[in-house]
Amino acid sequence: MTRALWTHLVKDLRIELRSLDALVSMLFFSLLVVVLFSIAFDPHGDFSREIAGGVLSVATMFASVSALNQAWAREIRHQVIDAQRMAPAPGAELYLAKVIANFLFVSIVQVILAPVFLIMYNLHIEGQAWLLAVVLPLGTWALVGNGIFFAALSIRTRNRELLLSLILFPIFIPALLAMVRATSSILTGDSDPTLWIKLLAGYDIIFTTVSLLLFDVVFQAE
Amino acid sequence: MKKLLFGLYVAIVLVLMVWGFYMAIYGAPLDAAQGEIFRIIFYHVPSFSVSFTSFAVSLLGSIAFLAWRRSHPDWAQISDAWALAGAEVGVVFCTVGLTTGPLWGRRAWGIWWTWDARLTTTLVLWLIYVSYLLLRRFAAGSQMQTLAAVLNIFGALDVPIVYMANRWWRTQHPAPVFGGAEGSGMDPSMLPAFFWNMGAWFAWGILIFALRIHVERQQQKFDAEEAQAALNEIG
Repeated sequence: MTRALWTHLVKDLRIELRSLDALVSMLFFSLLVVVLFSIAFDPHGDFSREIAGGVLSVATMFASVSALNQAWAREIRHQVIDAQRMAPAPGAELYLAKVIANFLFVSIVQVILAPVFLIMYNLHIEGQAWLLAVVLPLGTWALVGNGIFFAALSIRTRNRELLLSLILFPIFIPALLAMVRATSSILTGDSDPTLWIKLLAGYDIIFTTVSLLLFDVVFQAE
Repeated sequence: MKKLLFGLYVAIVLVLMVWGFYMAIYGAPLDAAQGEIFRIIFYHVPSFSVSFTSFAVSLLGSIAFLAWRRSHPDWAQISDAWALAGAEVGVVFCTVGLTTGPLWGRRAWGIWWTWDARLTTTLVLWLIYVSYLLLRRFAAGSQMQTLAAVLNIFGALDVPIVYMANRWWRTQHPAPVFGGAEGSGMDPSMLPAFFWNMGAWFAWGILIFALRIHVERQQQKFDAEEAQAALNEIG
């Protein structure tokens, strides 16, 4: 890990630790989505096991958008983002630091949300529960990795907060499908989630690599 | 001279479209299994062929823009016009395909829509290029061109993954009719109608593609002149 990455990461973690803005809003928002879905679909028995994976993934997705928007919006104040553009450090490190920081935030939200979720949907995990510890981080990485990239892309546009969702969600669809399928097959124990985990891992590798390569192009676009 | 050639081309396109229509509705024989409804293939397949070709052109335009944006700004502007025209024409033809598909599906399968590999992939492709056009609308100036080009590359990367994901999930759309396995292919008596329509729709696609590029190039020139005028005023 190089110094620039470490500096950005520590800075973002420290800001979040002091304000808790992203964590509190994401946690409450995802809790709301879980409650709203359970009212809308009245989950019980097998049905709740079938939809639970989808609800958890979509709740995470919606909740993280607010944090993703904040990730760059916070740098606009006092022209910090311009200073970062002029800094001689490679943009890829800044990008990676932001991804790691937000990955940690979303993961913390998931760890807190998961038990609540299991209770509210009366879930018994039929498959191998430990696999969730592989699927959720992979899915979260796919979401945050692309999200931070597209947030940097939409920050210079009108309607930036809306635009992030509009361009992130279509690109995120295959990862969402893999995440939902894998989570559902772990919860129901009906099928083997290995294929979906591989797809998620492949998605993460491809998109993280391309994001790292193209980040400077987007960040320095003029 | 240029105008004359253009007018000639428009006339050829119109004749081709009319002839294609005649061949599709009256020229081709009835399908043994599906009856009249199969004639939609003469519009469905060419629309998607034009659409996917346009998206490919759009992607190439975006890559060329990124490659040339510093070394050859003039070429880069042309590439960007191609990328934009490709995306717009692609979205229009994709919409035609996505409209004719459910009409056909309702009769052939009994359902309007299904979340099958090819249908989902096409829909996601359509969503990605609509979001590409929205990005172009929400951003301004040359930075928008760069951002849009990057998004185009991301979208192109996404499509094969969507396809694989959905193929593992479920598939209902029939295997490719052309270039598929043993027993695929059309009855030879239907082929003329098919190729005439393919040609007509491609000619039509190229026509609006060329018009769109022309308009975008004019817009680029206008914007550049305006920026220059503003600079002169300050100077």
